[in-house]
Amino acid sequence: MIDHPGLWLVAAAGLLPFLAGRARFVVALAAPLTALALALSIDDGVHWRAQFLGMSLSPFAVDALSRLFAVIFSLMAFAGALFALNQARRLELCAAFLYAGSAIGVTLAGDLVTVFVFWEVMAIGSTLVIWSAATPAGYRAGMRYLMVHLFGGMLLFAGVAGHVLETGDTAFARMTLDSASHWLILAAFLVNAGAWPLSSWLPDAYPEATWSGMVFLSAFTTKTAVYVLLRGFPGTELLVHVGLIMVFYGIVYALLENDMRRILAYSIVNQVGFMVIGIGIGTEMALNGAAAHAFTHILYKALLLMSAGSVLLVTGRRKCTDLGGLIHSMPLTAACGIVGALAISAFPLTSGFVSKSMIAQAAGDEHLFVVWMLLAAATAGVFLHAGIKFPWFVFFQKDSGLRPPEPPWNMRAAMLLLAALCILLGVYYQPLYRLLPYATQYEPYTGFHVVSQLQLLLFSGLAFFVMLGWLRRTLTLTLDLDWLYRRLAPRLAARAALLLSNGLASSEIGGQRAWIAIDRLIRRLHGPQGVFGRTWPSGAMGVGVMSMLLALLLSYYLFQ
Amino acid sequence: MKVVFICALLLAVLAERLVEAQPHFAVEKIFGGYALYGFAACAALIAVAKALGLLLKRPDTYYD
Repeated sequence: MIDHPGLWLVAAAGLLPFLAGRARFVVALAAPLTALALALSIDDGVHWRAQFLGMSLSPFAVDALSRLFAVIFSLMAFAGALFALNQARRLELCAAFLYAGSAIGVTLAGDLVTVFVFWEVMAIGSTLVIWSAATPAGYRAGMRYLMVHLFGGMLLFAGVAGHVLETGDTAFARMTLDSASHWLILAAFLVNAGAWPLSSWLPDAYPEATWSGMVFLSAFTTKTAVYVLLRGFPGTELLVHVGLIMVFYGIVYALLENDMRRILAYSIVNQVGFMVIGIGIGTEMALNGAAAHAFTHILYKALLLMSAGSVLLVTGRRKCTDLGGLIHSMPLTAACGIVGALAISAFPLTSGFVSKSMIAQAAGDEHLFVVWMLLAAATAGVFLHAGIKFPWFVFFQKDSGLRPPEPPWNMRAAMLLLAALCILLGVYYQPLYRLLPYATQYEPYTGFHVVSQLQLLLFSGLAFFVMLGWLRRTLTLTLDLDWLYRRLAPRLAARAALLLSNGLASSEIGGQRAWIAIDRLIRRLHGPQGVFGRTWPSGAMGVGVMSMLLALLLSYYLFQ
Repeated sequence: MKVVFICALLLAVLAERLVEAQPHFAVEKIFGGYALYGFAACAALIAVAKALGLLLKRPDTYYD
């Protein structure tokens, strides 16, 4: 039996299109559960070895770090599949399983070639998830998304090829920024992490997916990038700076945003920023914190997006200006959304608290005062943009008069499952800590830590309500760097095309003359009576071949 | 609702009296320092967002 968890999901993706009704239901839920069981039970070490083009590969290798990510990806595939069971667009779940399976494939890859292969399959799977929305806007956004990710894949290919050429080794291990190929690999990883300045693909494309599609999208691409950064570039100082930019970029753009799921998309960039900072600090505590934060983040961000997706499904609306007051008829969706919001804000007794604080602790232990201060400010900012803003504008604020029903049972069950996990991991965090790559004695619940965190968060809540007037929602979007390729580049291209056609028009007369001459030549050679167009007897070919062979023989004698 | 929120704010500050500080840095010893910092940081973030919004906000039909 194949014991690679990712391939089970890929196989299920191939099977699902042919199933309907109960069989589809069983496979959709059983495949991720099987993957989860395998990921939890598989032994450490290299399981598969292979030879390819003279390189020795290890496509299936397990250690504590890869197990952690394989576990959370399998768990997420299960929760997502449960949530998406009633999705009318059947393609989406197949694409999502291909996507999740290949993300697991990356985390279990022992060599860079396997990483690259699964990396590309992931790009295809995720693009298909976006295209499952089957809207014109979704198609265009998916195309832009694919372009960015194929570009990232190209960077990765060039980097891996260079690395293998230089070192002769394909193993995926820690790298330093000492060669161009390692810079290329880092750049490719950062594209998928949504690192600024290559972050705009994320809020551009993800919110165009269906109500269930974005739940899957939020989990895998960016967290796979966190995994490869954890393995490949721990302790790279540059990442601290990149992470800090991501953290504040995410907050500021989310504060300006009106689309509820785009708020959460910017918030993904913000959260991945915390993890990237942890990877940049690079101590055992920091790396544990980054890994733990990726784990908890997948659960609460999926929960937030399930809550937003439920609202989108039952109301058909996505803008904060059109929503509000939904708590009256959707109390369960609101409650689950609030649990997710508290967890992302790292309130005590939620999962975010036990993971994010490890990163701040590591910054403190290393006496990185500025980083530590900025992390505290960013923690307050998370509560501001995701913790209060999202639930407030969707479920409270003015009453929009909408009284939609709660979503179907499977969606409620998925939300309840994740909400329970968010609280369970916040209270009973030891199992998560045992899964982390390094042994830890960290104790998140000290009196001082709880009180200081509550002060930080509650007073950022106060700032939200005091300054609510400045946060009023408007029917706007905020320009991001995707403006360069969505507006500036097409305009420049149109201008260039205009210039070119003008230039052509002026040289048209000369051009026409040349064209007529070429046309005449082609007609002479290939026309009905042309040399190449005539019907030749087949004996002529024999003569031709013979003369060629003769010429070869002669040249052999002459130039030997 | 407002009263509950204000009570929570007060409690969070006063509770600092009850716990033993384990600071990494000297600034953490300021009484209510986290509360002040949380408020100030958020006010600053909102102000920055507002200013950036004046520059970069466009009608949401901009790319259509």
